[in-house]
Amino acid sequence: MSKVRKLTQMKLFLPICCMILVMLINVISDVAQGNGAFNFFSISINNGLLYGRIIDILNRGSEVAILAIGMTLVVSVSAGTDISVGSVMSLSACFCCMLLAGYGVSSTNEFAMPLIVGVIGCLAMGALCGAFNGTLVAYLNVQPMVATLILYSAARAIGLLLCNNLIVYVRVPSDFTNTFFVGYDIFGSYIGPIPTPIIITAVCVLVMTLVLKKTALGLSVQSVGINRKASRIAGLNSQRLILLCYIICGLCAGIAGLVASSRITSADSNNIGLNYEMDAILAVALGGNSLGGGKFNLAGSIIGAYTIQAITTTMYNMGVSTSQAPVFKAIIVILIVVIQAPPFKAFMANRKAKRDLKRAAKEAASV
Amino acid sequence: MNKPANALKERRQINSNTLLLLITIALFIVMYVVGCIIYSSKGFTHLQTFLNILINNAGLLCVACGMTCVMLTGGIDISVGALISLDCMILAQGMSEWGLSTIPLCILVLVIGVVFGMFQGFCVGYLEIQPFIVSMAGMFFCRGMTAVISTNQVSVPADSLFYKWANFKIELPFGGYYNKKGILQVPYIRVSVVIALIVLLVVFLLLRYTKFGRSLYAVGGSEQSAAMMGLNVKNTKMKAYMLSSFLCSIGGICYCLNTMSGSVSQATGLEMDAIASSVIGGTLLTGGVGNVIGSFFGVLINGTISSLVKTNGKLLSSWANIATAALLCFFIVLQSIFAVLKDRKK
Repeated sequence: MSKVRKLTQMKLFLPICCMILVMLINVISDVAQGNGAFNFFSISINNGLLYGRIIDILNRGSEVAILAIGMTLVVSVSAGTDISVGSVMSLSACFCCMLLAGYGVSSTNEFAMPLIVGVIGCLAMGALCGAFNGTLVAYLNVQPMVATLILYSAARAIGLLLCNNLIVYVRVPSDFTNTFFVGYDIFGSYIGPIPTPIIITAVCVLVMTLVLKKTALGLSVQSVGINRKASRIAGLNSQRLILLCYIICGLCAGIAGLVASSRITSADSNNIGLNYEMDAILAVALGGNSLGGGKFNLAGSIIGAYTIQAITTTMYNMGVSTSQAPVFKAIIVILIVVIQAPPFKAFMANRKAKRDLKRAAKEAASV
Repeated sequence: MNKPANALKERRQINSNTLLLLITIALFIVMYVVGCIIYSSKGFTHLQTFLNILINNAGLLCVACGMTCVMLTGGIDISVGALISLDCMILAQGMSEWGLSTIPLCILVLVIGVVFGMFQGFCVGYLEIQPFIVSMAGMFFCRGMTAVISTNQVSVPADSLFYKWANFKIELPFGGYYNKKGILQVPYIRVSVVIALIVLLVVFLLLRYTKFGRSLYAVGGSEQSAAMMGLNVKNTKMKAYMLSSFLCSIGGICYCLNTMSGSVSQATGLEMDAIASSVIGGTLLTGGVGNVIGSFFGVLINGTISSLVKTNGKLLSSWANIATAALLCFFIVLQSIFAVLKDRKK
């Protein structure tokens, strides 16, 4: 009994459990459809590219994983979520494509500016949006979700303005066979046999882990999240830390926007990053982090993000359409949050105590 | 001795809470007058322009009333836009595919609103989950359910009672004018406007004169004190969300009377407009302060912005969105500055 309890109280218990559950469902559905039982896990190399469902999930889940990094910090430091990430993704992608194609151009076959300018512009736009949110939250004491609601609605509209109400296509393919030319599709396609988004995500996670391990950032963030006033008295600049976390979150949204728009080599303001804020928050919650702030676990969030992608892929596999998928995700979110809620925990503990009492009474009676 | 103290009290009240409302009303008047001056050649000065703002925003007005009630308790409800799209889809699909008649469908929509609100309110009130998370899940749930019913754009059939309601003009006895061809143009309103104004009046009276209305303010002001006074805080919160979703369903019917169709992407961003209207109308995000009259003016400002953008004709429609967000941002900053000033006084 105590061993089971130790296992269930491990930090990564919830996300890993969910992951295994999703894999099991996949295996069962494969068998039911008459395929090989372990089709889900098979990885092969077709035309020099890695191919398989696991790779697909890792590839498609990159955006959510990148967003989850920033979201984890924001949730931890301010006990609120940043619901503008999806819109900021779209805005930075639009800004990037506008820089690369030139204002008012709908489709282009060559860069108007070097690629690096577009990339830096994209990340800067993300960071700027993050700074805007962060200023409202840290210095003006606005509730995080209300503060981010402004950009949630405005960012897409600004993106449409930047793109002059068009979908901007940047059709500049990479060419590695003859010359070493890097095109716009590089962030969404492959480097060698490995999909680039996976590499980008790995780099982001690595950098963040190193920063958290080597500096006191992680500890300070948790301390501000647990008690903002006490940390300030202890000598931490709470406001600047909160601002920093929102900037990191915005930066992550910028990177995710770059990847998402590079996949389709265009900037579609209305559809890039649609409903991604939900996925990112779900990833953080699935990762075993409390949405009430305080302690966080980055690894959990990353596993949570890939679990969500696995759920999504499985749902598509079973024939659920894109617009219907939110129903199931909403149900999962509510379930997780209800399980985490203190009154629910208290209710369960109360029930267990009553049961124990009854058992003890029975034993006493039998003796 | 008593008189100066009273006067002082009154002045202080004007300073803190009424000032936001006054700013709002002044802003609306300035905006409308500027619109009348700039676009006088395009018919902005006619009474019908103002009535059209009311007609176009009747649904939003109902939703904003509900949103104000929720925000008074210190919560927020961002599921309203999605719930409206679900309502419209049920109405349209029900009449065209399921073969149900108008009245049962309207009742069904209202019942769905109450049940949905009860669930959200239970999660917020009794399980103490953050309202934003709950209503965001609710938002995605409603959007998804809309897609489950149908992913097409469904329109309301022309032979239904609902269609007659939608096309019923209530002509006003005053304010008519002769257009260029010499035909008398009588200003009119639609059924939805009457519904919305009744909702506004009822919610105003509810907040001002009933026990439930006062307890909303008490819960928003300070949960702990409200609980100590013997109010059932959890139940009050739950009822606030039920009221919000119920009013949102009425708003959904009004909205459908306007659009006469249901689709998945309908009413996206409406929650933002409703929250903006309440905040612009002087409702504090922290709860406890605000009333629906302010929200009414907030809705009018919102409608005026989009009306101005439409009348211009050259501006992209996203400008209306950006202007609303900027106004929301301005008022949020204003609120927090007031809060800081209040803290300093203490």
